[in-house]
Amino acid sequence: MGEKSKGFFVTGDPLIYGADVAIIVTLLGIIIFLTVFKKWGWLWKEWFTTVDHKRIGIMYLVSSLLMLFRGGVDALLMRLQLAAPNTHFLTSQHYNEIFTTHGTIMILFMAMPFMFALFNIVIPLQIGARDVAYPFLNALSFWLFFFGALLFNLSFVVGGSPDAGWLSYPPLSEIAGSPGPGQNFYIWGIQISGIGSLATGINFLVTILKMRAPGMKLMKMPLFSWSVLSSCITIIFAFPVLTVTLALLFVDRYLGAHIFTADSGNPMMYVNLIWMWGHPEVYIVVLPAFGIYSEIVSTFSKKKIFGYKSMVFSMMIISILGYFTWVHHFFTMGAGADVNTFFAITTMAIGIPTGVKIFNWLFTMFRGRITISQPMLWTIAFIPCFVVGGATGVMLAIAPADYQYHNSYFLIAHFHQTLIGGVVFGYLAGLYYWWPKMFGFKLNERLGKWAFWTWNIGFYVCFMPQYALGFMGMTRRVYTYGWDMGWAPFNMVSTVGAFLMGIGFIFQAWQILYSIKNGEKDVTGDPWNGRTLEWSIPSPAPLYNFAVIPEVKHDDDWWETKKAMADSQYKKEPPQYEPIHMPKQSGIPFIMSACWFVVGFGFTFGWSYVGLAGLLGVGLCLLARSFQQETDYYIPVDEVRKTEASLGRVG
Amino acid sequence: MNQAISKHTHEHEHHHDTFKLLGFWIFLVTDCIIFACLFAVYAVLRGHTDGDLTGKELFEIKGFTAETFILLTSSFTSGLATLALHKGKKAQLINWLIVTVVLGLAFVGLEVSEFRTMVHEGASISTNGFLSAFFTLVGTHGLHVSFGLIWMTAVILQIRRHGINEKVKEKVTIVGLYWHFLDVVWIFIYTVVYLMGVM
Ligand code: HEM
Ligand SMILES: [Cu+2]
Repeated sequence: MGEKSKGFFVTGDPLIYGADVAIIVTLLGIIIFLTVFKKWGWLWKEWFTTVDHKRIGIMYLVSSLLMLFRGGVDALLMRLQLAAPNTHFLTSQHYNEIFTTHGTIMILFMAMPFMFALFNIVIPLQIGARDVAYPFLNALSFWLFFFGALLFNLSFVVGGSPDAGWLSYPPLSEIAGSPGPGQNFYIWGIQISGIGSLATGINFLVTILKMRAPGMKLMKMPLFSWSVLSSCITIIFAFPVLTVTLALLFVDRYLGAHIFTADSGNPMMYVNLIWMWGHPEVYIVVLPAFGIYSEIVSTFSKKKIFGYKSMVFSMMIISILGYFTWVHHFFTMGAGADVNTFFAITTMAIGIPTGVKIFNWLFTMFRGRITISQPMLWTIAFIPCFVVGGATGVMLAIAPADYQYHNSYFLIAHFHQTLIGGVVFGYLAGLYYWWPKMFGFKLNERLGKWAFWTWNIGFYVCFMPQYALGFMGMTRRVYTYGWDMGWAPFNMVSTVGAFLMGIGFIFQAWQILYSIKNGEKDVTGDPWNGRTLEWSIPSPAPLYNFAVIPEVKHDDDWWETKKAMADSQYKKEPPQYEPIHMPKQSGIPFIMSACWFVVGFGFTFGWSYVGLAGLLGVGLCLLARSFQQETDYYIPVDEVRKTEASLGRVG
Repeated sequence: MNQAISKHTHEHEHHHDTFKLLGFWIFLVTDCIIFACLFAVYAVLRGHTDGDLTGKELFEIKGFTAETFILLTSSFTSGLATLALHKGKKAQLINWLIVTVVLGLAFVGLEVSEFRTMVHEGASISTNGFLSAFFTLVGTHGLHVSFGLIWMTAVILQIRRHGINEKVKEKVTIVGLYWHFLDVVWIFIYTVVYLMGVM
């Protein structure tokens, strides 16, 4: 843990003091703002206790964008350090901490919540439902994520950051290798938010299976919903493995057990287990992105998606195959030729359904009347990027060759290409696409184009040189290198690219702020001439989403309805409102997650009594919930009618 | 896309009840995976005794047989509780649940004393890989049982307060399912850990 984790507060680095000051000033600013404008009650009533999926989605979104910022700053610090040989901007210890927090935050606290934001915002609207299957659990999932992320980020100022890599392999991550609290922050931060993710997986699976509007057969379901279904199934099978693995690592560290230790345990078992979660995890995050691309391609080509059935089938295949490839992350373990061959083949096999999807997107665009809007731009940029990322992935899957590429910058370039080009581009495309549905206005085009181009050019400038660096022998997780290696020019170029992406992010922040004031209002609820049910209701959707639950007859049902409505013969029946059954809000999810935070914080510092007190709080919250009787209420017909009229939807 | 007939909204509410059960089944799948991993870990570390005592020397047949017997009986009594639930007999239901809780307590008590004896014999979680895996696997099951005891007690209090209504029915069904699940897991522990350990 180096020089800086002796005391409770992290000290010794001007960067950290700067950050401390920034954090304190921001916190004070927020507190003063909330107090002066008397917003505490508002915050509690409207947000902290909400069980409305649309609001939960927005909270996920805000958190994930903040985490993208933090993860991005980490990335830029690393790129600065690597820009030139023999740089002394970061120490080796600090570099280790930063790549660890960068990787962990980007995957678990940026990609996952960004994905859950889109699940929450879109799924109920797209399947014609009024909420998710378990709204209370949904709120709990969010707050577990929130407090987990908070705990993890706290390591920056108290106790010291984890520094054993984003997957924290033992024996380094064991107590002997990492004696400070940093590693415990990692375990508890991920554990707490991971339980929330697991619950979300169950929640949305049941929502999709049970709450579709009448008539929406599974094979009439929009592809984004299908992608969420496949992602949820993968979550359900993968996340328990993560839970066990982290719990066992903690048992080792806390009780002195020997499960993964090098003497009496088996460290490679950890590596196997964590990748049994880790590989499916990358499909968990990319499948919904595939769903987003499908929606966007179809909407902006004004065509039904090409090969709907093969799209569904390939996603299901991917989520199954994704469970049988984990060993490709450590071909070098020495499991033997037969084992490596098996995993090389399964890995390459995933390329087939993925290729099918790429062709389907292309065929959908072929002869379509394409409009190049912002969501479409990101989708079009995704295709070549992911093709290259996939091809380098197949190169890595060739087990004997991987002995050369393993843990080199070739790998770093490969997985950033799939994670940024596939996942981040996809979520950003989805963000632009559904933004009007969330907030009732569009994001500014011109700033969006600037963001798009800086991000994209920056991406290639940053990561293409890294493929070359990999071939030149530069390994990952090195904090500096000498002139004699010949890596200097490529690294400099790469750093320039990283900063271009940073500028892209700034454009996006600016774009959002600018559009909040000047964005084009979406008065129709259907700004893109959409095809699926979410576009049939006002933007933003009212609390109950659908005043009357729609009856679905076709795939792309809203598109067909619009066609029917254009017909002069079309007669609209007056809507028959009924009282709407809604879940009541609750403060328990927030309080219970705060108790989990106490549990995590206590055990992180080895203060068992604090941890146990937290557990007691969790138990009391569970009991309080169990004893609650009235958990729902009805919105009366009059109120529904009034709301609909105020939204310009008079029956 | 027409207006749905009013029937649907009503159906919708009834669905909410079956939702919980479906969700709980899926939760059990995830819990199964957790135990599957712990079993796998145990299988890998079974031989890592580092020359210390092995299962054969540590496990007491009388103890774990009694535990098995008690837990199986409690599963049976929780089944009887479900029967009483379906017959709508409140007093019987409460009584069988209490019997189940008492048996569960006895099980946990025996397990705790078994663990204590082992620790006194110098076989603790930090002794070697084998014991680490043993204590985490069996201990996780024990924690599940303890959690179930608190949960079942809460359900009993709710039955006393509100009688048998739809909500209570659902809760008894779900906690019963959980209890049977723990029983099944125990059968695997009994076989894989104890029987194969002493053989
Ligand atoms: C914004 C552009 C990004 C840049 C410039 C960037 C840069 C970097 C750098 C320099 C490293 C460390 C390489 C090393 O020393 O081994 C790294 C590692 C990593 N990055 Fe990124 N990154 C970016 C975005 C992302 C995103 C969006 C994700 C995931 C969604 C991600 C996931 C990871 C992971 C998992 C690691 C491995 C950490 C470890 O070695 O433990 N990165 N990245
Ligand atoms: Cu993988």
